[in-house]
Amino acid sequence: MTLRMQMLRNAWAGPFNASIDAAQCLCVTGASGSGKSVLLRMLADMDPVEGELSLAGMDRRAMSASTWRQRVMLVPAQAGWWAPTVLEHFAEATLTDAQQLADRLRLPSDIFERQVLRLSSGERQRLALIRALVTRPTALLLDEPTASLDQDSVAAVESLLAKELARGLILVLVTHDAAQAARMGHQTLHIASGKPVAA
Amino acid sequence: MKTILLQPLDLSIAASLVIVDIGLSIVLRLRLHRQIAIAAARMVVQLVMIGYVLKFVFALNSPIATAVIVMLMVLVAAREVAARPDRSLIHGQNYLIGLVSVAGAATLASVFALITAIRPDPWFDPHYAIPLVGIILGSVLNAGSIALDGVLSGVEAAQPGIEARLMLGHSYWAAMASLIRGSIRRGMLPIINQMSAAGIITLPGIMTGQILAGLDPIEAVKYQILLMFLLSGASGLVAVAVAYAAAWRLTDDRQRLRLDHLR
Repeated sequence: MTLRMQMLRNAWAGPFNASIDAAQCLCVTGASGSGKSVLLRMLADMDPVEGELSLAGMDRRAMSASTWRQRVMLVPAQAGWWAPTVLEHFAEATLTDAQQLADRLRLPSDIFERQVLRLSSGERQRLALIRALVTRPTALLLDEPTASLDQDSVAAVESLLAKELARGLILVLVTHDAAQAARMGHQTLHIASGKPVAA
Repeated sequence: MKTILLQPLDLSIAASLVIVDIGLSIVLRLRLHRQIAIAAARMVVQLVMIGYVLKFVFALNSPIATAVIVMLMVLVAAREVAARPDRSLIHGQNYLIGLVSVAGAATLASVFALITAIRPDPWFDPHYAIPLVGIILGSVLNAGSIALDGVLSGVEAAQPGIEARLMLGHSYWAAMASLIRGSIRRGMLPIINQMSAAGIITLPGIMTGQILAGLDPIEAVKYQILLMFLLSGASGLVAVAVAYAAAWRLTDDRQRLRLDHLR
C-alpha cells in the first residue's frame, strides 16, 4: 500500500510530489497559512485538484469520492459535528472500539453521552481522531491532532498513532512541533508559501 | 343576494380613512405620511391597471393571451424566489432554479385543478385560470423563496458538519440531508399555518371576497378548501424542487461541497 502524489496542485498550493508507504509517517511542517491544510484537503479530494493522486496504484478517479475518502481519511484541525450528542456521530458497530480508544486517550468514560457543545477543544480533537480511526482507513491525514492537548494526552495520542502505524497505517501528519515531527516522521515535507521547500 | 356594486363615491369615502392615517402621522410625527400616500396611490394605480388588463384578457378569451399573462406572472414570481436569499449561486443559477421550480409547481397544481375539480369550459378560461394561477403563485413564491434561502444562506454555517461527514466517506446527499430537510420544512410552515388558522384565526381572503360578492358561504368554503389543498401541494413541490436543485448546484462530480459556487 502506497499513497502517491505527483504534481499535485491547485490555485493555492503545490506542486507536491511524495509517496508514503504503509506504516510510514510523512510529517508536513511550515508556518501558519503556508498551505499545509490545503495539501491535506487535496489529498482527501475535498477541493478540486490537478495532478495525480493514487492509493495502492489505484487512481483517485478510479473509485467513487466516498470510497476514496473512506480510505484516505482527513481529520481537520477543527473537526465538524452534525448532531447534538457525541454518540450520534458513531455507527453502532464501532462503539466498542470507540470506547476502548477513548480510554486510551484519557477521555472520561461517559464522554459519548455528552453534548458536543459542552466538550472542550481537546476532547473534540481526540473524539474526531477516534471517529476516524474506528472506520479503519488505509491512510489517515491529521491536521495538528495534538494542538489543544496537555502533555500526557499528547503522549497518549502519539503512542496510539505509533501502534496504528505498526499495524500498517499510512499517516500524513501536519504539525507545528519540530520535536513531534522528529519523533513521528519517517519523511518530512516543509511548505513555505504553498511550495515544497527542500529541507 | 346580488352583488352590491361599489360607486366612485363609496371609494372616496373609504379613502378618507387614509387621510386620517396621514393626519395621525403628521400629528404624532411618525414621518410615515409620505410613505402612506405613495403606497395608497401605488395600490390604486396597480389595481386599476390589473383590472383593465384582466378585463381585456377576459374579453379576448384567447388561450394565447391567457398563456402570455400566466407566463408573465410566473416570470415575476420566479424572479422574486431567486432574488430573496442573501446568497446566490454563480452564473445566475438562482434564476434558473426559481423559474423551473415555480413554473413546474404552479403549472402542475393549476392544470390539475382546472381539469379535475373546477372544470371550466374551455379548461383554460381566463376567468378561472388567471386568478387561480395568481393565488397558487403567491404560495409558491413564499415556500420557494424560504426553502431556497434555507439552503443557500444556511450552507455556510452548516459547512463544518457537512464536510465532516464527507471526510468520513458519507455521500454528499447523506451529508446534506439535514440542511435540505430543514429548508423544506421551513418552506412548508407558512402553508401549514395558513391551513391550521383558516376559519378560526383568519377568514381567508378568497372566501371573504366570494361571500362579499354574494356567493353562498358553503360554496365559498368549498372553493377555499380546494384552494388550500392546491396551495399545500404546490408549496410542497416547489420547496422540495428548490432545495434539492440548490444542493445539487453546490456540489461537483467528486461529491465535494463547493462553496465557491456561491457568491
